[in-house]
Amino acid sequence: MGEQACACEEKYKEIEEAIGEYKGDRSALIPLLQKTQRLFGYVPRAVQVKIAEELGIPLTDVYGTVTFYSFFSLKPKGKYNIQCCNGTACYVRGAPKVIERFEKELGIKAGDTTDDGKYSLQVVRCLGACGLSPTIMVNQDTHARMKPDKVPEVLKKYV
Amino acid sequence: MTKTISNVNELQKLREQYKAAISQAKVRVLVCTGTGCVANGSLRVYEKLAEAARKRGLETSIEVLMKGEKEPLLLSKSGCHGFCQKGPLVRVEVSGTGREGSNTLYIHVKPEDADDIIESIIAGTVVERLLYRDLSTGQVYKSEEEIPFYRLQKRVTLEHCGKIDPEDIRDYIAHGGYSAVSKVLLETTPDEVVDLVSRSGLRGRGGGGFPTGKKWSFAKAAKGSPKYVICNGDEGDPGAFMDRSVMEGDPHRVLEGMIIAGYAIGASHGYVYVRAEYPLAVRRMRKAVDDARSFGLLGDNILGSGFSFDVTIREGAGAFVCGEETALIASIEGKRGMPRPRPPFPANCGVWGKPTVINNVETLANIPSIVLNGADWFRALGTPASGGCKTFALAGQVANTGLVEVPMGTTLRQVIFECGGGIRTGKKFKAAQIGGPSGGCLPESLLDLPLEYDTLTKVGAMVGSGGLVVMDESTCMVEVARFFMNFIQSESCGKCVPCREGTKQLLAILDKIIAGKATMEDLQLLEELALIVKDASLCGLGKTAPNPVLSTLKYFRDEYIAHVVNKRCPAGVCTALKEYYIDETKCRGCTLCARVCPVSAIKGEKGKPHQIDPSKCIKCGTCIQKCRFGAISVRS
Repeated sequence: MGEQACACEEKYKEIEEAIGEYKGDRSALIPLLQKTQRLFGYVPRAVQVKIAEELGIPLTDVYGTVTFYSFFSLKPKGKYNIQCCNGTACYVRGAPKVIERFEKELGIKAGDTTDDGKYSLQVVRCLGACGLSPTIMVNQDTHARMKPDKVPEVLKKYV
Repeated sequence: MTKTISNVNELQKLREQYKAAISQAKVRVLVCTGTGCVANGSLRVYEKLAEAARKRGLETSIEVLMKGEKEPLLLSKSGCHGFCQKGPLVRVEVSGTGREGSNTLYIHVKPEDADDIIESIIAGTVVERLLYRDLSTGQVYKSEEEIPFYRLQKRVTLEHCGKIDPEDIRDYIAHGGYSAVSKVLLETTPDEVVDLVSRSGLRGRGGGGFPTGKKWSFAKAAKGSPKYVICNGDEGDPGAFMDRSVMEGDPHRVLEGMIIAGYAIGASHGYVYVRAEYPLAVRRMRKAVDDARSFGLLGDNILGSGFSFDVTIREGAGAFVCGEETALIASIEGKRGMPRPRPPFPANCGVWGKPTVINNVETLANIPSIVLNGADWFRALGTPASGGCKTFALAGQVANTGLVEVPMGTTLRQVIFECGGGIRTGKKFKAAQIGGPSGGCLPESLLDLPLEYDTLTKVGAMVGSGGLVVMDESTCMVEVARFFMNFIQSESCGKCVPCREGTKQLLAILDKIIAGKATMEDLQLLEELALIVKDASLCGLGKTAPNPVLSTLKYFRDEYIAHVVNKRCPAGVCTALKEYYIDETKCRGCTLCARVCPVSAIKGEKGKPHQIDPSKCIKCGTCIQKCRFGAISVRS
């Protein structure tokens, strides 16, 4: 999937306004990238260029920051972003089997997005809900005490 | 904008008003809305309780109570109680008996229990089936404080978690909130505050255990202006969630700690750096800052003291290394979160090159209590070398997972077996992994070790942020070491060679051991390289990265030897070292296994016992699943 046409014009307008507020303020870089990521589901190149121009920093710095932090992606994420925790507590209580099942059900590997753009699968380090491990998050919802067999049930909730 | 509170009298007045309002309600019901309980459906429980109360004409809001009307029932959302294992949790407080008085804790509450809870409140009884029952003794406990999980605990930073509505600043004020700020700003000099914190023996709760008072005195003495206070809420250690709970359950407490730190060092601005993985904590911290500002507790001339302080919330973007202070500062400045060599320390050259104090959430959350109760009180809670209490996040194969705040010096055994209720699986305890990827794995022989900074460092672990993951005998320690090395390797920022390349090679050796291809020389190399990475890395992440390897080598060396020399995994975890075999006395020779084997590793005549060729077997487990006679087993 490339940078396809979408309701992008509005989004671009919104992000441009936000960028405009921080002219020359380098410390706004990460908050602006976060806003972009939330708005578009990824950080389009055009926005990176705009941010670099307005904040007065080289494009390489913007790109370098985008690629450093795992929160940002250069490819569009799916409508539903599934984050499987593989922190110590989840790992000890069987997270790898849950991840495996998601991969099987969605037919993708962790880190990828399904062809229809619906689901992204990510393995993350710790969601901080260790008391209820293994844990996953779909967008902002946390699902606790996951089991491989609960995977199809969870996916059914997000169509 | 007019401030709600511009002096201490107004603060006191609001406190009394709100307190009086709460006591107008006969009963207060608090539903836990921490991340854990929400994931277990507590918001639905809240809605159902509200519905059940409304049906009976009992429901009320704090706004109604503030008007002085007497109403029977106040339903609130609270932060995390720490007893995540038993959630959703509902706490019922009966007023008139005081906060310490009569309260009931209901566990595993489901939406359909709402009517029974409301009915029991009307009748003045309790819902027996929702009380906590100790499985080993069968004893039933009514109130939170009686439950063994809480009995050993001394809750300082978690004092209000689960007992107040974290989204209502007035509730915090009614429970004594912001009185530490007023005491400091109006009655204490900055020098006295630094001295107080130094005498309390408080040490950094984020990992290193550096004395907080000393840090503050450096920043106070540093030349340069403006100065900054940073609250480090980038709780990246897998297995730790105490900072999340405090930010979600009692956000104003953190702000209070920051204001006091700002006053002590002469800073007028603060940043809270929160992980983006904690959306609820981000939301509640943001609301707390907005509310504190509109109440006049952040901003210009706080409480008429002449001191001004404001706070900005910054979200992390998913990089473990940003928990390291210089990397975090780089991230706030909008750069890649890479650490730099120290000195200069942030106290002299921090964010924007200005003097900066950077403290962990839990450290700052301790400050208000120290101010109100004194340095001696705090020191006496802990041990001579480490004052106060520490919150540990109990997780893994332990019966009661959750947060426990215990005095420094409490033993591992007490935390795991008394608070934690022992091993969940009924298997044998094997190791406690403490301090996350920077910490170590401690064996059974060290269970009676008192938990404090220096004792743990001595045995090759560290308090770290306080993540405590319990492992039973089904865990392979080599695999655990590999797990952490894999974590560190992918989170290494790549700036310094020892960490970037060293962790990669360490991981490669561990992979080799797990694959059963390593020799004793590899084991020696592993140890040697681990020590080099420890000595030569630039920042805390690299310096502590080999700890999981070194501590498992120290306490579980026989497991490494078993993998390397005997090519077996004692815990039966490592696939490459497993061997599938057929019990000839049980095998009927039905040929099913031979037919399903994807690599034709099973041979045998029909009606006669079959054999598996280990050189062909890929250990997929298909044969075990298909065998109807239980004749196939795994040995390692």
